[in-house]
Amino acid sequence: MTNRRVTRRPPALVLLLGAVGLALFVVPLAGLLWRTPWSDLPTLVTSSMVTDALGISIVASVSATVFSALVGVPLAWLLARVEFPGRRLVRGLVLLPLVLPPVVGGAALLFALGRRGTLGEPLYQQTGLVLPFSIWGVILATTFVAMPFLVITVEGALRNLDERYESAAASLGAGRWAVLRRVTLPMIGPSVMAGLVLTWARSFGEFGATITFAGNLPGRTQTLPLAVFVALESDRAVAVAISLLMVVVSLAVLIALRERWWKVL
Amino acid sequence: MESLVTGAPLRARVVINRSDDFSVDVDISIQPGVTAALLGPNGAGKSTTVSAIAGLLPVDAGRIELGLETLDDPSTATFVPPELRRIGVVFQDYLLFPHLTVLENIAFGLRSRGVRRGQAAESARDWMKRLGIEGLERRLPGELSGGQAQRVALARALVVEPDLLLLDEPLSALDVTTRVELRRALAEHLVDFGGPKLLITHDPTEAFLLADVVYVIEGGVITQSGTADEIRLRPKTRYAADLAGSNLISGQAEDGHVDVGMFSLSIADHDVSGSVLLTIHPTAVSLHRTRPDGSQRNSWRTSVKVVERLGDRVRLQTGGPVPLTVEVTREAMDVLSLRPGVETWVAVKATEIGVEQWAM
Amino acid sequence: MAGCGGQGDEELLVSAAASLAGAFAEIEVAFEKAQPDVDVVLNFGGSSALREQILGGAPVGVFASANTSNMNAVATAGQTVGEPRVFAFNSLEIAVPAGNPGRVDGLDDFSDDGLLLGLCAEAVPCGELAREALSNAGVTAAVDTNEPDVRALLAKIEAGELDAGITYVTDVAAAGGTIQGIAIPDEVNVTAEYSIAVLAGAANQQTANAFIDMVLSDEGQAILSEYGFSSQ
Repeated sequence: MTNRRVTRRPPALVLLLGAVGLALFVVPLAGLLWRTPWSDLPTLVTSSMVTDALGISIVASVSATVFSALVGVPLAWLLARVEFPGRRLVRGLVLLPLVLPPVVGGAALLFALGRRGTLGEPLYQQTGLVLPFSIWGVILATTFVAMPFLVITVEGALRNLDERYESAAASLGAGRWAVLRRVTLPMIGPSVMAGLVLTWARSFGEFGATITFAGNLPGRTQTLPLAVFVALESDRAVAVAISLLMVVVSLAVLIALRERWWKVL
Repeated sequence: MESLVTGAPLRARVVINRSDDFSVDVDISIQPGVTAALLGPNGAGKSTTVSAIAGLLPVDAGRIELGLETLDDPSTATFVPPELRRIGVVFQDYLLFPHLTVLENIAFGLRSRGVRRGQAAESARDWMKRLGIEGLERRLPGELSGGQAQRVALARALVVEPDLLLLDEPLSALDVTTRVELRRALAEHLVDFGGPKLLITHDPTEAFLLADVVYVIEGGVITQSGTADEIRLRPKTRYAADLAGSNLISGQAEDGHVDVGMFSLSIADHDVSGSVLLTIHPTAVSLHRTRPDGSQRNSWRTSVKVVERLGDRVRLQTGGPVPLTVEVTREAMDVLSLRPGVETWVAVKATEIGVEQWAM
Repeated sequence: MAGCGGQGDEELLVSAAASLAGAFAEIEVAFEKAQPDVDVVLNFGGSSALREQILGGAPVGVFASANTSNMNAVATAGQTVGEPRVFAFNSLEIAVPAGNPGRVDGLDDFSDDGLLLGLCAEAVPCGELAREALSNAGVTAAVDTNEPDVRALLAKIEAGELDAGITYVTDVAAAGGTIQGIAIPDEVNVTAEYSIAVLAGAANQQTANAFIDMVLSDEGQAILSEYGFSSQ
């Protein structure tokens, strides 16, 4: 007897809309590849403008991700587990950078932490520290827009975690730190990693807040997205090369992490 | 198997006022080696009581003592956190840590108390052998069957040699067949534990079979306590009466008949044999003035021992050869003029007799 | 995009360099008064960004560029109709926040590492010319940021986040009290040539031409000189 598998075809409308959605992603990418100056690519990509920008982008995005983790995970824990007055308001504030136009975020940072900013001015006068126009400014601006991704992912994971596991651990003799280390964090591990990947991805592509707060200087604050923006007006070929570079780096990171973390995303 | 004699009785007076319509006020005392059941409907306050004893919830008033140690006493501001109480808990759904292997799960308690990895693993393996689950060390909880998971949970709780064992609905997560099988296994393991044991359940059969003492809890208070027989025969509340529903009779089965001592009952199952436990619901028993017709039925002549009125129903105890608790309506009682001492015929259909393989 | 609503049936899209913002807004009002059924929609930005938009196919009717190279790029691509016309000149000035906190007095200060200095990005006319002026003066600039257009640069100077920048004379004038200007000596200063042209993408060539005529007229030129542009 033959083994006939009867597969049901999805409805036509679903296929059509799905195809449109796919096209939305594929077409711009295809356009980019079509315009790539393949023969000049090696020289373009190794030019100092590009290598400088790549270096700054990597340093800034990784630093922002690490910083987001250090500060964001405890914050997520507080939001998920501790009932404090004004919790809803705090959560709203933390999520604000997600909906705020990045340029507005950058402007807000400038007003607060610029050299003449509310906090920035006394900071400058006491320590001589200037945040804008430095790599720290880039990291700060990037963290500001990207950290909410981490907080929201980790908070969600903590909420979904059955707290009884932590009770079970306590009943077995684990103190609060031990419970956190040996039960809570490992159990939300995949979600934390997914959050970190999202945070990194957002950091890598950050533009508006960076250019507004940290400025734009090759070799110091010019990240890859800023370099593309500038190159678009002066040298199209460089702009395409940088865009391609960003696509390749992003794909590489996402594919490398695909197996272990994708299923949580 | 040697038993662990630890000799620390549990004395727990738990008073908790959670909200307007939920409060708990219970007093439980369990001697070492004794298994007590806390039996009640959902929402009665069982889990709250257990959480308080385990240290996951502080009491608002009262006192919890285990042996000489006071675990919780608001009047002296004493509170021992859960991680420092020597209590083993088997949770409903077991709560085995999904990211750790079976061995790591069992060794968890020891590792949390600072025992070195090698030694903890050895103790864990020891317990796995005792409970018959060797070979599962590297498996993950998600790969275990219900029975295996229960034993892992038990091993995990016992390996730290606690003074008290709490079992929170240990069988409710299982399907009926597995439950019956594991009930037996659990009973065996409980015998070997020398400290006091508290079993939380909403299943009366479980309570009556596994526990020496049963505390019936309703609406946050203990409405009755005593041995299984005491509650079954003399229930004090409607709920207790409903629980005590089933008559439990043990016997030897063979080829569709069960020898219960002075009588042989016909049952529907012709395949079962050996030691069995029969359950007959009081309402499945019919009473007659004269010998009833129909050859299928189990019937015998007996006398009424005790009559109790419970609202619009009447509960009777009948005498030999098979003493039963029977429940009939008021009308029936009047029609048959049933009073203590009166003779009556009792009949039970073979299909109404529940049969369970049971070896103790 | 800035557009004041005339009651027009017809729309004329004008892309103009950021520095023309104030002047062209006034010219728009005058034009719409003269041609009530035309609605002029003004689009300001860095000239190079505007060039890219036009080359990318934006339906612009008139292009006013702050330098000739951007205009030439558009013309070479065949997008202009007729010859571009030069209609104004602008020169550069050093812009500092009110009060001059950085104590800047000339182009030489632009080599000072300790000051926070900004320029327009090189691709933008304002940036290109500023670098030319600095080179004329023999100064190696210690720049801290290249802003994408003149308005972004001005915003940072106004806020005091930068100690100085190089912008157009017209920008300093337009900023009022928040920005002070420090003159650049004529020998080293550079002049920007503003040119204007009708584009192939114009919906109505006549209307577009009329707008250019307005810009070149006495009225238009008067408005431009009010804002600090020169006709030399």
